[in-house]
Formats: sequence, C-alpha cells, structure tokens
Amino acid sequence: MSTPPIFPDLRILSTIDQVGVEERAQRFQARSIKKESKLSALKLAITMLDVTTLEGKDSPGKVRQMCAKAMRPLPEDPSIGPASAVCVYPRLVRVAKEAVGESGVKVASVATAFPSGQSRMKERLSEIRYAVGAGADEIDMVISRGKLLHGEFRGIFDEVVRCKEACGEAHLKVILETGELQTYDTVRVASEIAMAAGADFIKTSTGKVQPAATLPVTLVMLEAIQDFHDRTGRMVGMKPAGGIGNAKLALQYLVMVKETLGKAWLTKEKFRFGASSLTNDLLMQIRKQQTGRYQSADYFSKD
Amino acid sequence: MSRLTVNKTYKLYIGGKFPRTESGRYYELKGKKGNLLANVSHGSRKDFRNAVVAARKSFRGWWEANAYLRGQILYRIAEILEGRAEQFEDELRAQGSTPAAARKEVLKAIDLFVHYAGWSDKFQALFSSVNPVASPHFNFSVPEPTGVVAAVAPERSGLLGLSSVIAPIIVGGNSGVVLASQSRPLCSVTLAEVINSSDLPGGVVNILTGMRDELLPHLSSHMDVNALLLCSDDPAEQKLVQGEAVENVKRVRLHPDAPLDESPYHILDFQEIKTTWHPVGV
Repeated sequence: MSTPPIFPDLRILSTIDQVGVEERAQRFQARSIKKESKLSALKLAITMLDVTTLEGKDSPGKVRQMCAKAMRPLPEDPSIGPASAVCVYPRLVRVAKEAVGESGVKVASVATAFPSGQSRMKERLSEIRYAVGAGADEIDMVISRGKLLHGEFRGIFDEVVRCKEACGEAHLKVILETGELQTYDTVRVASEIAMAAGADFIKTSTGKVQPAATLPVTLVMLEAIQDFHDRTGRMVGMKPAGGIGNAKLALQYLVMVKETLGKAWLTKEKFRFGASSLTNDLLMQIRKQQTGRYQSADYFSKD
Repeated sequence: MSRLTVNKTYKLYIGGKFPRTESGRYYELKGKKGNLLANVSHGSRKDFRNAVVAARKSFRGWWEANAYLRGQILYRIAEILEGRAEQFEDELRAQGSTPAAARKEVLKAIDLFVHYAGWSDKFQALFSSVNPVASPHFNFSVPEPTGVVAAVAPERSGLLGLSSVIAPIIVGGNSGVVLASQSRPLCSVTLAEVINSSDLPGGVVNILTGMRDELLPHLSSHMDVNALLLCSDDPAEQKLVQGEAVENVKRVRLHPDAPLDESPYHILDFQEIKTTWHPVGV
C-alpha cells in the first residue's frame, strides 16, 4: 500500500438494527434454488472453499490427503473444483505447499497465536513470518478480542497493520471471532478497523468458538464491506467460517452475497467458505443433481 | 352440553418427532359410507430423504445398544399397545374391519412385538457359527445389522402388517423408514405414538404415509438405504424396486401383500454375516 493506513472515523457508524438484520437474514433461508441454478451454485461454492483442518491431531498424511481432495474434489468428474485453498497450521504449510504444487490451489495458514491471539505481538508476528517463509499464500490472523471489548480500538488497528506488514505479498484475512464480540455493533466496529488497517478479507470465526458463522453476523460484515467500498473504492473479501455444514446453507450465503454486494463479489477472490465438512455435502448434492439419486456418505472420501 | 369434537391430526413420524409433510399436501381418507375419516399426510420424497437422514444418525447408537435393552424396548411397545388396544380397534373398524377381526388383529400385533422382544438376545446365538478351518485359528461367523432399511408395509393390513415389518427390522439393530399402507394409514400414526413413548431412540423407526407409486422409486434408488423390504403382489413394483436397487447393491426382500408371520428368519433377512479369524492361543 502506498499511503499508510489511516484509523477510521468510527463516528460515522450508526447503530445496527438487530431485529432488522435477523429478519433480513431469515429471508435468505426461505429461498428455493432449483435445477441448473442449483447445480451451478453448488459448483461455484466448491471453488470458493478454503478446505480446512485445524486440529491437534493433524499430520502430514492428513494434510496431503486433504490437498489431493482440494485439487480434485470429485475424482470421477474433473469439471468440479478445484477448491480455492487449503487452510492449515503453520507447521504444516510446507507439506501443504508441496502437495498442491502448481495446481492453483492456494495455501492458507492461521497464525498470530490462533485461535485465542493471547500471546506477545513479537511471537505473533514471527509466526506470520514463519508461515509466509514456509510458502503460505494467505494468512488468517486473529484479533485480540479482549482488547477490542475493552475499547482499545487503536490497539487492534495497529495490530492488524503490523500483521499486514509482516505478511508481505501474502493476503491477510482478519478473523474477528464474532462469537465473542457480543453485539453486532462491535462486529461492525471490528470490521471497519480491520478493513481500514489493510485486511484483504474479513472472516467471521476461528471455528473454535460457538456460535461461529451465522447468516445475520455475515450480513453485518457484508454491509460493512459495502460501505467501505463506497467510501474508498477498495473491494474487501468476506469469509464466513465454522458452522456451515451443509450445501443448502452454503447456497443461502451465496444468495446473500449476491444481493448485498452484487455479482463482483461472487468469485473466489472475494468470497470464501471456511469449512471442513461442507465439501462432502456439496459433492453429494452435485451428484444428486446429476443422477437424481439421493447420495450416501459411504461413497465419498472422508477427508 | 354439546362440545366440539377434537379430531386427531394424522402426521408423519420422523426422527422422533411428528412433523407435517414438508410438501403441505394431504389426502382424504374415506370410510365405508363415504364419510371423511381423516386428512392423511401425503408425504413427499423430501420427507423420505429427511427420514433416511434421521435413520442413519440413529443407526449406530441403536446397533450398539445391548440386545437385552432392545428386547426390553420392544416389550414396552407391546405393553403400551395393550393399553391402547381399543383405540387401534376403533381405527381398524373405521377402515373396514369387523369388530372381531379388529380385536384379533390388535392382539396379534401385541403378541408379535412380545415374540420379537424375546428374540433380541437369542437370534445371534442361533445364526452364529464356529467354523472348522485348516489352520490354527478360531473362525466365527456372526450376524450384524445391515444398516438403514426401507420398508413398504402390506397394503391390505393396517396394524399387523406394519408391526410385522417394523419389529424384525429393529430388533436386529437396524434403523428403518417404513411406508404405511396407503388405504389403511390410521394405525400407523397411532403406532408411531406408541413407539415414541417406548424409549426407542428417535430416528430408529420412521413412519411415512403417502402415495405408494410416488415414493417407491425414491425408496429403491436412495444410495444411503442399505436394504429394502417390499410387501407387494404386483410384479411391476417388484421389478422396479429390484432394478433401482442395483445401483448401490441394496439387499431386497420381497414378501406377499400380507403380514409377515412371526419368525426369526425375518430378522436374519436384514443381517449380514461377518466372519472373524482369531489365532488359537496356547
């Protein structure tokens, strides 16, 4: 970025209408998408996946297996996928990078003392540098929610700015962990700060805290993205993560993105799903559309 | 004083709940004199899909429940049926049975659940074997449940037919989705109420009402259904089911359109034999 990021004027934010947002989000759940539209939406959703594994038991073998699936989700049908990225812990970035090779699938790594962020800034930044050095194309950072709730907005801003610097060429996704932010207003403030500080994406959740992504909270963030774009002309991406377990819900998210931000955001450069179990449900729904038969999990690889 | 009668809403039974069909459709069930007996849920393929999801979810827990407990729960179904015998008789009579035939059918249904309750911890011993092998191994074959079983209950029998299909499927540790008789659906919903209060985990038995010809293709083509029981005398239906079942090699069992008699071999119909080799110790 040529000009240094400027702390946003938070006075321009109005209060979020909680009931209004939830009602609006509810409407998206009443849509019915059928036939060809459904099939193309399912295929689009596959290409927007950040296929994720963030567990203590992750091993190089599991990551390689996951990468293979991200590159070619449905072995019998090369027209499906590939997914956008695989998302792993820093130590497994090298393995993932090697596995995806030149396939175009990106490697994302969580960093900055994920999922709590409760560590010194020095270590958090060095974690980013380590992941980027190992070949990560994208960094998913967490903000210090404690600080945010304490009102230290400028501290959060500086945190994101420094992480963005540490990323260098890598894209930065900022995880707000909305499940810990208590109100939509705080979510909105956090979104503004993260975007002003240089986030390429804002992301709802780590997946380690309940509730994770929900339609209403994503809507609040999408509207923040919209306003930010109107003011600055910069398109920030959105990544809901955690709790999106089935294809039906994923399609509702796509409809919401389309109707809030427009078609320009319906690409993997601007919208991602962070999910571990969504892939198979999308694949099963695609097979259902193609064959007319309801599918069984028995016929799809587990990882 | 006159009062408004409270009529029963005949709904589906899916995952331990009594939802209306997601399609919002119903069909009218008429009595002998053309009087309206009930508006019966006209279940859709999506209801069936939801039922299979519920059945799949509950399958492992039910399989792993011990055989004694499964027997106790089946016996409890019989107990509650006994207490509500009159209601079933009324429904059977409304659907055309004579009082004597209705009474007999209800008693037979109760006895049938007791019969299968007894088999719960015995059929495995009966159908297992220790096999002679030419190496120093013990070699056992034991039956294990097939998984999710879809069943089309006999059309000509309201209660006994349905019970005779459900009992052998679940006593063996399977979970099931059962399509009730289209022309005699009243007892199915009442039986679901009995089952629901018997401590059977939700989803182990799911009961749908609706149009047989509409649902049959979906029952037989669903990839997550491991076996299918069809009670039918219609060769066209039998052929359809067998053809569709090929895709995921469903186990298909055909029976005439009549209640199944009490027999442990109906349990065996939905068991798979698993053979284990174990080295002989010193």
